[in-house]
This record gives sequence, C-alpha cells and structure tokens, in this order.
Amino acid sequence: MAKTIQEINEKIRAKRACIFTAEEIVGYVKENGLKKAEAEVDVVTTGTFGPMCSSGAFLNFGHPSPRIKIQKAWLNDVFAYGGIAACDVYIGATEIPDDDPANKIHPGRFRYGGGHVIEDLIAGEDVFLRATSYGTDCYPRKRLESYINIKDLNQAFLVNPRNGYQNYNVAVNTSDKVIYTYLGILQPHLGNANYCSAGQLSPLLNDPYYRTIGIGTRIFLGGGAGLVTWQGTQHNPTAERGENGVPMEGAGTLCVTGDMKQMNTRYIRGVSMLGYGVSLALGMGVPIPILDEEMARFVSVSDAEIYAPVVDYSSAYPNLEPGIITRLNYRDLRSGSVTIEGKTVPTAALSSYSLAREISEVLKSWIEQGKFLLSEKVESIPGVESGQTFKPFIMREKGGEQS
Amino acid sequence: MTQATTKNIMLHYPRKLADKPIISNLIREYDITVNITRARIDQDEEGTLVIEISGTKENVKAGLDYLSDLGISLKPVSKVIKRVDERCTHCTACTVVCPTKALAIGNRESMVVDFIEDKCIGCGLCIPSCPYMAMEMIE
Repeated sequence: MAKTIQEINEKIRAKRACIFTAEEIVGYVKENGLKKAEAEVDVVTTGTFGPMCSSGAFLNFGHPSPRIKIQKAWLNDVFAYGGIAACDVYIGATEIPDDDPANKIHPGRFRYGGGHVIEDLIAGEDVFLRATSYGTDCYPRKRLESYINIKDLNQAFLVNPRNGYQNYNVAVNTSDKVIYTYLGILQPHLGNANYCSAGQLSPLLNDPYYRTIGIGTRIFLGGGAGLVTWQGTQHNPTAERGENGVPMEGAGTLCVTGDMKQMNTRYIRGVSMLGYGVSLALGMGVPIPILDEEMARFVSVSDAEIYAPVVDYSSAYPNLEPGIITRLNYRDLRSGSVTIEGKTVPTAALSSYSLAREISEVLKSWIEQGKFLLSEKVESIPGVESGQTFKPFIMREKGGEQS
Repeated sequence: MTQATTKNIMLHYPRKLADKPIISNLIREYDITVNITRARIDQDEEGTLVIEISGTKENVKAGLDYLSDLGISLKPVSKVIKRVDERCTHCTACTVVCPTKALAIGNRESMVVDFIEDKCIGCGLCIPSCPYMAMEMIE
C-alpha cells in the first residue's frame, strides 16, 4: 500500500515511524521481502562522507566603521572571492594560499587551504581576515585587517555546487611511475585501486531515478540540517545504468546548502591531497521515504549490485580519452583486494564507510526522536527523460561550430 | 632454555659515532640478527636508524646496553608514529601505502582502520598519504 510523505511525517511526529539505515535495509528485505518492507518501513536513511571539491561558503562579516566594499579578501591567507555585495565573500574549498608553492616542488603538500579555513571556522577558531578595496563615496574604507569568528558573522552557510556524486570512478595507474591524483597516491603497474563512494549507503544510489530526492529535500549536512537546492554541476542522469537502474559510472549530483553554525567538525574536514591540492571532506545524509514497493526495491540495493568503472588515471583520464579497464562492484572493492587484468590489486577508499554509516545512524536517530521531518521536493532534478548529458569542452574560434 | 625476542627500535646517534661499525659489532659480538628498515644521516651528520633486532633475550639486552653505553639514544619504534585519532576518518587511504600492514582494516564490516603500533617500522609513508593529516612523526 502506497504511503505519502505527509503520512510518514505524522508517524514521525507520533514517534511511531519505522526507520532503517540503507545498510540495515539490505538484510531486512532479503529476509522479509519487498512487500513487507513496503508495508512496514517508512524511512531509509543514507549517508556518505568523502572529499567533495565543489564546496564553499558564503560569509557575511557586517560592516566596520567606516564601511568597506570588499573587493578582495583573504582568510588565513587563503583568497576569498569578493566580487559580490559589499561585505559578503565566498571561500572555495580548493583555494590555496597565494604563496603556497603548489606543485613547484612535486608532489606538493598542500597543507592548508579553503577547506581548512571552513573547518577552522566551524571549529570556532579565530580566523584572520585581510581585505582590500578601491574605496567609494558610500564605502570609503580601503583596507581591513582583523580576526573574525563564526559566532560573530551574520551568516555563514555552505553552497556546494556539486556534492553527493551518484557513483564514481575507481582510479588506477598503469604507467611505470607513481602519480598523485584527487583519488590519492596511485602506485605504478596497477599497484593499488582507489575508490570514493559509500556504495549501498550513498544517497543517490538508493534513489537512482531521483523520485524522492529533489529540490527542497531536507538533508543532514556536515552535522546540521541542510537542503538540496538545485541539480549539481555535471549532473548526468543519462549515464549508463545497470538492469537495476543504478548508474555504473558518475551520474547524478546535488547542489546543497547548509548553515555552518549548526555544523560539527566531525563531519566536515579540510583535506590535503599530496601532489593534488586541498579540498573539503563532507558528510551528507538523505532520508528516503518508502512510498511504495519500487522505493523499497531501490533502497534494498547492496554493494554487490553496484558497479563502478575502473579508469586509468595515468593516461585515459587526464587526456579525456574514452575507455574503462573493467567494472568492479563495491562488495569486492570493500574486500581490500580486486582482480584487474589478471592482477591482484589492493584497494583503498578516499571516502569513509564507517563515517557514512555513522551519519546514516545519526540521521535515523534524529528522525526517531521526531527532531527531523521529511520534506516533499518542490521540483525534480532532471531525470533520464530529460536527455541531459555531461558534455565535454570543445575548443573553438569565435563563431565556430558549437556542439 | 633461552627465550627469543624481537624488537623494533629507532636509534639516534651523534656525529662522533657516524664512522664507527656499530651495527657490525652488534651482530658479531652479540649474535643478534639485525634488519635495517630505515637509515638517514642528517645535515649535521647525526644519524637515525630504524632496526628490527632479534636474538635471545640476554643477547638482545646486552646488545642494547652496548648501544646505550656508546651514547646512542634508543626509542621503541611504536612511539615514533602517532595517529591523531580525532582526525582519522577511517577512509583507508593509508592501508595500501603502509608496507608492514601496521595500518590495516581488521574488520571489513566496520571498515575501521586499526593502527597496530608493534608492526610499525616508522617509515612515515602514511604521513603524506593521509588526506586528513591524522598521522604524525614524533622523533
């Protein structure tokens, strides 16, 4: 029997809702079947934790006296974009200090950057602000230097254009030298295979066609409550899918927002990737209402049924060449060793399965306590029927042929 | 009956000992098996050596006394690398880098990374491989 989100919320308010995590539901469905799951289970909570480079924060400092129209700003020497209203800035997760040697001495360490500034702010640390401006009649100040603290900011919220990737590549290196990538250190001759997904716990892998996750969906973000606000950049609903509907490569993405003042550094961390750069690792959890049998089937997907493409990051990936080496499922990836081209290859993850599980459990407890209600999406993100793809960049002359 | 023992030890030795055949003496005089897992001479010509030694309990003790008497400072390797537990997210990136499986996943259900200090040889490869800067060297 189909349920509505309103009916589920009534049960949550009455503390009668039946909630499973996306890991627990796998065994439950196996034992009891989809019909019983549809009837008995109201919500399945998902979770993921990993580096999500397309993240950043809007901050509003309030005005000093005299006022300043911030043109350029630095937070702990990391550049923040000021090309918006007077005392707003946006600090991006992957920004590095102007004087960071980057990869001049390869591989660079990238010990501090935008992701770490965001972590320091959430940790309640004082952060040093330096800002410059050209000065106007209404905003005469040209320089500002001061410590700031999140508790004194008017607003501090994340706006992450691309989070929660629905599936992702497994990175390997077939060359004869070590390479340093955003998927970690890759040893030569298929020395290791690195992946980055919570698999069966991951939000969009449990709602593969975006039936319930859409614009307006209330989520767990970095330890507080946030929202899905748009489709993410590079959102690609037409990626190749398996018979179970689950994409077999990077597919859907979400743009999300959340109040940093509610967040907790257990679930949001600055990241330093050797030879690559800085980023922000973030925890996200999305509740999925079990509206009908199809949703029960979607959330019962297990690691063994979710496949990821193995891609060579020494040549195919950097040169945007098509072709994958093979596909592996997350049960095998999590086992610690896989077979690629006849070779036994150890695996490692950049995402944390144990934190993903913890997030799905925290979200479950919030809902059980009646503290977190499900929201109805106000608009869908583009699905398979949209025909939307992830297009490559085509270099051209002015007026030249467009794709 | 003599009991066998194995120890992972980090040695710091001063410049004046840099040209002495200390390890050779340790092997010949005390009948100790030595496996050098790391060796470095700093700019000031002071040396750092990480060794795994095994032999009878008495010989190992006598050998270590010999090193101490020379003025070499000894430290168990398990005290060289520290994991800052609150920074570790158990992502598992270090587990394919650690050559001795001192950093390893004990339980594939929980996917928690264990740090087995006794297996650590203090090579420090885990430090740059950790995206969360959870591993530190305390030399």
